[in-house]
Amino acid sequence: MPKLEGERFDHWIDSYAKRAGALSVSEVRALFAVVSRPEVVSLAGGMPNVSALPKQLITESFEKLMSAKGDMALQYGGGQGDLTLREQIHDIMELEGIHSSVEDLVITTGSQHGLELLAGLFLDEGDVVIAEGPSYVGALGIFRHYLAEVEHVYTDENGMSPEALEESIARLKSAGKAIKLLYLVPNFANPSGVTLSKKRRPEILAIAKRNKIVVVEDNPYGLLYFDKKPPDALRSMDEDVIYLGSFSKILVPGFRVGYVLAPPPIKEKLVLAQESAILCPSAFSQMLISEYLATADWQKQVGAFRGVYRDRRDAALKAMKEYLPGLKTTKPDGGFYLWVDLPTGLDSKAMLPLAVKELVAYTPGTAFYGDGQGKNKLRICYSYPTPERIDLGIKRLSAVVNLQLELQQTFGKA
Amino acid sequence: MIPKSKLTGKLKIVVLAGGISHERDISLKSGRRVADALIEKGAQVVMREPDRELLSNLKKDKPDVIWPVLHGASGEDGALRDILSLTGIAFVGATAESAKLAWDKSIAKILVSRSGIQTPASITLPRETFKELDAESVLKLVTKSLALPVVVKPARSGSAQGVTIVKKQDQLNQAMIDAYVYCDVAIIEDFVEGTELAVGVIDLGAGPIALPAVEIEARSGHFGFEERYVAGETEYFVPARLSKAVSAKAAKVAIDAHESLGLRHLSRVDMIIDAKGVPWFLEANVLPGLTETSLLPQAIVAQGSSLGDVYYSLALAALRGRG
Repeated sequence: MPKLEGERFDHWIDSYAKRAGALSVSEVRALFAVVSRPEVVSLAGGMPNVSALPKQLITESFEKLMSAKGDMALQYGGGQGDLTLREQIHDIMELEGIHSSVEDLVITTGSQHGLELLAGLFLDEGDVVIAEGPSYVGALGIFRHYLAEVEHVYTDENGMSPEALEESIARLKSAGKAIKLLYLVPNFANPSGVTLSKKRRPEILAIAKRNKIVVVEDNPYGLLYFDKKPPDALRSMDEDVIYLGSFSKILVPGFRVGYVLAPPPIKEKLVLAQESAILCPSAFSQMLISEYLATADWQKQVGAFRGVYRDRRDAALKAMKEYLPGLKTTKPDGGFYLWVDLPTGLDSKAMLPLAVKELVAYTPGTAFYGDGQGKNKLRICYSYPTPERIDLGIKRLSAVVNLQLELQQTFGKA
Repeated sequence: MIPKSKLTGKLKIVVLAGGISHERDISLKSGRRVADALIEKGAQVVMREPDRELLSNLKKDKPDVIWPVLHGASGEDGALRDILSLTGIAFVGATAESAKLAWDKSIAKILVSRSGIQTPASITLPRETFKELDAESVLKLVTKSLALPVVVKPARSGSAQGVTIVKKQDQLNQAMIDAYVYCDVAIIEDFVEGTELAVGVIDLGAGPIALPAVEIEARSGHFGFEERYVAGETEYFVPARLSKAVSAKAAKVAIDAHESLGLRHLSRVDMIIDAKGVPWFLEANVLPGLTETSLLPQAIVAQGSSLGDVYYSLALAALRGRG
């Protein structure tokens, strides 16, 4: 058959940067579009329960801000972030045992952007980031975008295993790999819900220090404990730790304000990187949060959030016990997530279309690994739906698991 | 060639997009593209979801025409089109009855083959079959009749979701599971090697016209979900790099399939051209994707029309009960 010249639809195929190859629209992401429909119980996205925040607290802060400092709030701000807010963040971090200087703090557009800036500072193609197994999907996306490799270290109900960390480092070093970062979510981790134990914290820090690996502590959930405070932050034990904090969970994510506490030389570079990328974080969002922290009883509100999430955690665990009693799940003491082990052979990603048909959504386990692990795990996020909807969602999930098990039994352990 | 619309757009059009199907995301993207093109043409456009408020919204909106851009179940299976018929408002695209026939690939294959169109040999297996019969023996029997490689796909699904090309026997079981999570009926079909083509068909009232064929060359070798919607993953050639004779054969197959399934206004027929230049029908899409990387819009532009002209003319054809 003769081949004639044709037109190429995409004229940019050969122009994209190499790192653009790490960006793709996945089938799973497309399936998540259905979660915005009210018929679907979404146990998927890690959405804070913004309805639990009395909106007049924000309205009042907004009105005060506009009448007192409106022009400033609507103007560009400094690249390091608003000084008053940094002073308030300093006090918030004290609650988790961190004593710091406001000079070492950089306010970012959510802690996600803080992590993105750090990745830009530290990661070259082929560098290795060590993370918990499983780890936060948003962080993995950043590392992938910078063409870094992620090494997951065995993590149990007490967090990352120091012995497994030692083994991984030794193996990577003998393979000639450059290990740049140790990325940890030590409190009520996303997605596992587990907390790094008090005993393991200094052990992990010592291993990192010995091997000259920069520790990045990402702590969005630390203040959202249910009964007992988690151990003090890693940063409270070692000033070389880079600490990421966020207002997304203790207030709301809509303002997109987070922060990075870093040793001075790193902080200097972060500010330059931030100015280069976005000039400055939103002055309006920062000053509104600052006003809220100054005038509202924000600690009482965090207490209210704890109650909301505790009720939902309880509802989720109760429903798991009732509808899926055979499945192993973590029992978090704070945060948003349950990490569920499916029966052997079940693939949570492959099962997701069936779940969508049954009007329930979850996040497949593979999303939380950079190396294809996690097939028979899934994450349930209980933060947003009401306890009744959580019950309904997990009931639907049990039907999905049973249908999938039936398919698996029919076609063998394919 | 599609005649250019002489009318400027003054129609009030409801674009229906979204839904709860697996292709919701694609439908929303397609819907926005259609709405943009219609607005550019001067139409008054409201975008709506097929939800609890749809019927009361339609009463309020009082559109001249509904332009459904719903993919997947409820959009393409005919169910919603039945309801749209009951509202008495003209709508673009297939009637409920035709949509039901075309949406189910196993039925569509039977109907087009009766019209003399070649379609790869296949076996349709409802999930229920395996409640009674042993899977291993059934699948062994199937692969005795259909030699590997085969394509396993859900009978009712779109965007290549749940589709696997099975090259080895031990991949077949997983492929069956992957198809059944989308639909209770799976098709196992002969894999035909060749050039993958999509031929759009447009009918504005004067009979169906085949658009220039779009040739698909996925970098991965399989035109799956990501290859469809991530720019750069696939190269398209419009018109396809085919001889005039083969292009004409492909166009005829597309029109014949469109007619034999009783489709209306628009469709997209997917086929493979084998090494001998023979077109093999794979499926007909009742409401093809209309996103920025979709095949039908590329074909419309390639044949010299504007999307707004064609989408608006389709609305006019629906209003006049033609096409």
